[in-house]
Amino acid sequence: MTTEPMQAPLESQPHDETALVNVRDLKKHFPILGGFFRRQVGAVRAVDGVTFDIRRGETLGLVGESGSGKTTIGRVMLQLDDATAGAVTFDDIELTATKGEKLRKVRPRMQMVFQDPHASLNPRMTVASIIGEPIKEHRAAKGPARKQRIEELLELVGLDPSHANRYPHEFSGGQRQRIGIARAIALNPEFIICDEPIAALDVSIQSQIVNLLLSLQSQLGLTYLFISHDLSMVRHIADRVAVLYLGKIMELANASDLYTDPKHPYTQALLSAVPVPDPKLEAERERVILEGDIPSPAHPPPGCPFNTRCPIAQERCVTEVPEWRELADDHWAACHFAE
Amino acid sequence: MGPGLTFPKGAAVAAVAFEIDGGVAYKACKQVSTMSQSQPVLQVTDLTTQFDTQDGMVHAVNGVSFNLWPGEFLGVVGESGSGKSVTMMSLLRLIPMPPGQIVAGEAQYEGVDLLQIDIDDLRDIRGGKIGFIFQDPMTSLNPVLTVGFQIEESLKIHQHLPSAMREARALELLELVGIPSPEQRLKSYPHELSGGMRQRVMIAVALACSPQILIADEPTTALDVTIQAQIIELIKDLREKLGTAVIWITHDLGVVAGVADRVVVMYGGQIVEEALVDDLYESPKHPYTVGLLGSIPRLDQKGEDLISIPGSPPSLFKPPEACTFAPRCPWAYERCHTENPALAPIEGTRKVACWWDVENDRPRYDH
Ligand SMILES: Nc1ncnc2c1ncn2[C@@H]1O[C@H](COP(=O)(O)OP(=O)(O)O)[C@@H](O)[C@H]1O
Ligand SMILES: Nc1ncnc2c1ncn2[C@@H]1O[C@H](COP(=O)(O)OP(=O)(O)O)[C@@H](O)[C@H]1O
Ligand code: SF4
Ligand code: SF4
Ligand SMILES: [Mg+2]
Ligand SMILES: [Mg+2]
Repeated sequence: MTTEPMQAPLESQPHDETALVNVRDLKKHFPILGGFFRRQVGAVRAVDGVTFDIRRGETLGLVGESGSGKTTIGRVMLQLDDATAGAVTFDDIELTATKGEKLRKVRPRMQMVFQDPHASLNPRMTVASIIGEPIKEHRAAKGPARKQRIEELLELVGLDPSHANRYPHEFSGGQRQRIGIARAIALNPEFIICDEPIAALDVSIQSQIVNLLLSLQSQLGLTYLFISHDLSMVRHIADRVAVLYLGKIMELANASDLYTDPKHPYTQALLSAVPVPDPKLEAERERVILEGDIPSPAHPPPGCPFNTRCPIAQERCVTEVPEWRELADDHWAACHFAE
Repeated sequence: MGPGLTFPKGAAVAAVAFEIDGGVAYKACKQVSTMSQSQPVLQVTDLTTQFDTQDGMVHAVNGVSFNLWPGEFLGVVGESGSGKSVTMMSLLRLIPMPPGQIVAGEAQYEGVDLLQIDIDDLRDIRGGKIGFIFQDPMTSLNPVLTVGFQIEESLKIHQHLPSAMREARALELLELVGIPSPEQRLKSYPHELSGGMRQRVMIAVALACSPQILIADEPTTALDVTIQAQIIELIKDLREKLGTAVIWITHDLGVVAGVADRVVVMYGGQIVEEALVDDLYESPKHPYTVGLLGSIPRLDQKGEDLISIPGSPPSLFKPPEACTFAPRCPWAYERCHTENPALAPIEGTRKVACWWDVENDRPRYDH
């Protein structure tokens, strides 16, 4: 039995030097402390060896069920958490090896939009000071120039600039998410990680925010990592999609290829589980219903992480870690039997 | 706002082309005739529920009427705060009173009005003939009692089964809802189970007494999509086997498309549209439904730009004196701002609460 990292050595990864972001064999393990002396008795393998690139101007969708490691990947990419192993490179700067002033200098170029617009905005600050904070901190503008920039940003995200002196609680959920987006773009970043930015919003508000993100992307030339468990929305917004399961990438391809020709059994099951808003189609669809629950990332199964639920698993899947292979042009998957 | 999309008026009109399709019309007729032969199992009329809060009166449910037919799968959709839960909780008098009060309405079930009968009689019905499942099983499962005990308790109260038979029946129920190693699970506490397993236990408890009606309030919203698919499959299967009528509340229009026979759409504490599921998705009649269906992307095709419904849901601090969707509606005209349209029948089995006929682009009523 082997517990080697699933993905193959770096040479065989899809590698694109022109990409804005490279993530190489990234791992993040959280220690589990226990016993009388609070010693480390195990580890949550939240991210367990992931490799991908994000190309300039594209939206890479990162999908996976809860606990699969999506948020952790985002946090480690922005160096909000340290990596356990592996490398993150942003525009040829290896963030995982950069510290202090140098890291502070790159930070404004990468931003994050969070899931919960309630929790991520300070309730005691006005909208102007929330959005102005990064501008002030990085001395990007001051005085009337800062005020003008704040108004410009509010307008850009579809809020009324005359509301700059209001507090977050005076806004609706969708408006608060717009404030979060204004803050994220305040310093003209190139890259934004959107971590489930619409998950907490009502259906009718979700499309407002997605349309805003799309229009900002084309206006400002942004590159996105769009993290979501909503596979339909990811199809709508992403150019390429990575499917995560238990901290590992199962499949990575162009959105249209991934959705029309999924190669990995997990991707196939995941897509088949998503209901489609079309009663006629739903009546005809054959579903792959997976049995059982997702294993804990503290005790991932040996071999292929999906082997406890995979409908076509064989002996080999328990003993041998599947290789990360390119099955078609720019279409990668980790399964012994995918073709 | 987003790339140019403010709710194209063409969407509904284009969709109407399907209406002429004989298949749909036939199906609708068939369903109507079977429906008119039987009596609804539940008949809700003019339900009105309010909450007297520090900030003022919340008009949570405003004159809601609907029927539930035997064995039917009724989907209830609407965004959060639209009154879905309060409607169903009011029927079973499960809202906190005060601050809640059921101001008006009737809920006819087997010749009695659930809103009027003695609370002890209602308790017999709740969890007996009418079962319910909530979004978060932890709110209705007792954390300090084993799963087995809780199912058996329900069997004791509602079915008066002798204790010897209760354990066997509890085991059978856990098997029915697809729980692995059911003997062991009977001895488990709720916190020892995963979210999906807890929801299955809730379903087992709800089904313990072979209910005639099962009310499921967002039972899969907190679950992952592969687990959601398991639960949906389970409930569909149980409905086939047991003939239970199901009311399924959700904000997910995909889920409804897959499970429901008929759908009611709620907005601002009112039902704004009611239709057979195929009809609703093919040709939504209410501007809110049109916008909602246009605002969700599809998994099976790379679609067009998404419709943005501008603005946000209405405040419930005032009783509805005009159409509550008017501030967000591209079709709104004078009448919409002064009179609240009632839910009224249109062709076939359909109902809509709107002054405007979006397909023909003219007022729906001459008077
Ligand atoms: N700070 C932490 N300490 C310990 N475990 C954590 C921490 N953050 C996340 N985890 C665990 O790591 C796994 C991945 O979490 P997360 O990245 O939040 O997943 P996702 O965003 O896909 O839902 C989960 O099992 C989670 O419980
Ligand atoms: N206990 C309560 N006190 C005050 N207001 C309440 C209470 N319960 C529900 N409401 C209000 O009633 C309205 C309808 O809520 P609900 O039926 O839960 O919506 P939905 O289930 O459609 O999301 C909301 O505005 C909600 O805030
Ligand atoms: S490697 Fe085996 S268990 Fe893993 S996805 Fe492929 S067939 Fe299934
Ligand atoms: S009544 Fe008027 S405002 Fe209301 S939905 Fe119909 S057209 Fe729009
Ligand atoms: Mg997350
Ligand atoms: Mg609710």
